[in-house]
Amino acid sequence: MKPRRRITVIFGTMLLLCISGAAFLLAPLDRVRARTTEEEALYIPSAAVLKKASLGYTGLMADIYWTRAVQYYGRRHVDGMATYPLLYQLLDISTTLDPQLLVAYQFGSIFLSQKSPSGAGQPDKAAQLVERGIAANPSDWTLYYNLGFIYYDMGAYREASEVFLRGSQVPNANPALHVLAATTAEKGGNPETARLLWTKIYETSSAESVRKNALQHLIALKIDEEVPTLERLVRKFRESTGRTPSNFEEMVAAGWLTDVPVDPTGQIYRLLPDGRVELQSPEKKPYVHFGLPGGPSEPQTDTAP
Amino acid sequence: MTARIKSIAFNTFREAVRDRVLYNLIVFALLMVASSVLFGQISIGIERLILVNLGLTAISVFGIVIAIFIGIGLVSKEIEKRTLYTVLARPVRRWEFIVGKFFGLTGTLVVNAFFMAVGFFLALLVVVHRFETRDGWLLVALYFIVLQFVIITAVTLFFSTFSSPLLSAVFTLAIVVIGTFAEDLRAFAAMMHGVPRWIAMAAAHVVPNFASLNVISTVAHGNGVAGSLIGLNTLYAVLYAGAAIAGAIIIFERRNLK
Repeated sequence: MKPRRRITVIFGTMLLLCISGAAFLLAPLDRVRARTTEEEALYIPSAAVLKKASLGYTGLMADIYWTRAVQYYGRRHVDGMATYPLLYQLLDISTTLDPQLLVAYQFGSIFLSQKSPSGAGQPDKAAQLVERGIAANPSDWTLYYNLGFIYYDMGAYREASEVFLRGSQVPNANPALHVLAATTAEKGGNPETARLLWTKIYETSSAESVRKNALQHLIALKIDEEVPTLERLVRKFRESTGRTPSNFEEMVAAGWLTDVPVDPTGQIYRLLPDGRVELQSPEKKPYVHFGLPGGPSEPQTDTAP
Repeated sequence: MTARIKSIAFNTFREAVRDRVLYNLIVFALLMVASSVLFGQISIGIERLILVNLGLTAISVFGIVIAIFIGIGLVSKEIEKRTLYTVLARPVRRWEFIVGKFFGLTGTLVVNAFFMAVGFFLALLVVVHRFETRDGWLLVALYFIVLQFVIITAVTLFFSTFSSPLLSAVFTLAIVVIGTFAEDLRAFAAMMHGVPRWIAMAAAHVVPNFASLNVISTVAHGNGVAGSLIGLNTLYAVLYAGAAIAGAIIIFERRNLK
C-alpha cells in the first residue's frame, strides 16, 4: 500500500470513529444537561434584558425560546412531573421578544391553564399571557377565543362572555363567537356549552396535541353524562325488581337496555355490586368526574331517568 | 516522530508569541481591574456575579478570537511564505506538520488562558476578599473553556487546509455560532418528520456541541457541575478534535502543493 493511501485509510478510519463517537456522546450529554438547562433558565434576569442582549435578532431568539418552552413542557409531561415552574417565564420571554408570536399565546395558554398533570394549573397566568397577546395583536380573533375559553374554564362566565363578545367585533372574526358569547352568558357551566366550546377547538385547531386534548375533554363530557344516566337506570331496575342486576347483559335481556353500554372509546362500562358504574382504563381518560374507582356516583337527589 | 511534532508545536507557539498574541493579556488585565473597581462601587450584591460572568466570558471570547485568527493562517501562511517547503523537505510528514501545528496553537491558548485565569482570580480576590469552596467550580468552567479552544483550534485547522484565511475565519465563526445553539438545533430537528428530519438530525450531530461546554452561568451562581458532565465533555472534545484533525490530515495529505 502506498504511504499516502495508508495515511488516508488510517486517518479516514479515525475520522469516522471519532465523529461517530462524538455524535453518540450527545445523547448522554443531553441527559446530563437536561436539568442544568432548566436551571439556567432561572438565571435569565428578565425578558426585557434578553431583548436588548439579542442585538435586534429578536425574532430568532423568540423562536428558540418558544421551542425551549415546548421542549420544557413536553419533557416534564413525558417524565410524569406534575409541575412546570419555569413555563410562564419561558413563554413570557418568547412573547416579549416577539409579541406577534401567536402560537406562543395560543398553545402556551393551553399548557399553562390545564390542570396538573396535563398543565401548569395556572389559568390566571394563562389569561395574563393572552391579554398581553390581545394588546399586541388586537385584530386576531383567535386570541379572544382562547381567552374566553380560559375564563370559561375558570368558571368566570361573565368575563368569558365579554371576551367572546369583544372578539366577535373584530373584523373577519368567526361568527361562532357571537353564539359563544350568548350561550356562555345564558348557560355558563352547562355541559352543552362546554361541549360546544371543545367541539369548536377540535374543529378549528391544526395542532394535533390540542385536537387530542379537545377530544379527551369531549370524551370526558360524554362519560360524565352517560355514567349518571346508567346509574339512574340501575336504581330504577332495583326499585322495580327488588334486586341489583349482576351485569348489564341482565338488563339487556330484561329489555331495560338495547345493548351492553360502552364508553366513547369503545370500552364496556363495568357494573359494580352496589349499583355503581365504573370505567375501564380510567388513567387513559383524564378530565372524567364520574365512573372513577372510588369516585362519586351520580347525585341521589336527581330522579329523572 | 514525537520530537518532530514537539518541535513544530514549539515553533508554532514561539511564532504566536512573536506575533504579540499575548498582548491581549494587557487588555484583559485592564478589563478585570476596571470591572472589579467599578462594579464594587456602583452595584449591590452582584459584584461577584458580574465579575465571574464578565471574566469567564472574556477568557472564552479572547481565546476563541485568537484560535480563529491564528488558526486560519497556520497552513496558508506557511505556503505563502514558502516555509512549508523547507519544513516538508526535511524528514517531516504532512500529518506530523498538522498535528504539531494543532498542539502548538492549543498550547498557546492554554498558556494565554492560564495567565488570564490568574488575573481573573486576583480580581475576584479583590472583590470577595477571601475564596470560598464554591469558587473551586470556577476551575471547571475554565477547564470547559479550554476544551472549547481545543475543538475550535481543530476546526480552524481543518478549514485552513483547503480554504483561504478569510473564508476559514467565516466558516469557523459560523460553526462557533451554530455550535452554541447545538442543543436547540437538535430540538428543532426532533420536531421535524421524514427525510428533512434525518437531514437536520445529521447536521445537528455533526456540528460541535458548545452548549454543554458553557457552564459560566451555573458556576457564577456558586452551583456545582456534575462529574459525569466533566467526563463526557472531555471525551467529546477529544473525539471531536480528533475527527477534525483527521479530516484536516486527509485533505492536506492529498493537497497539491506545487
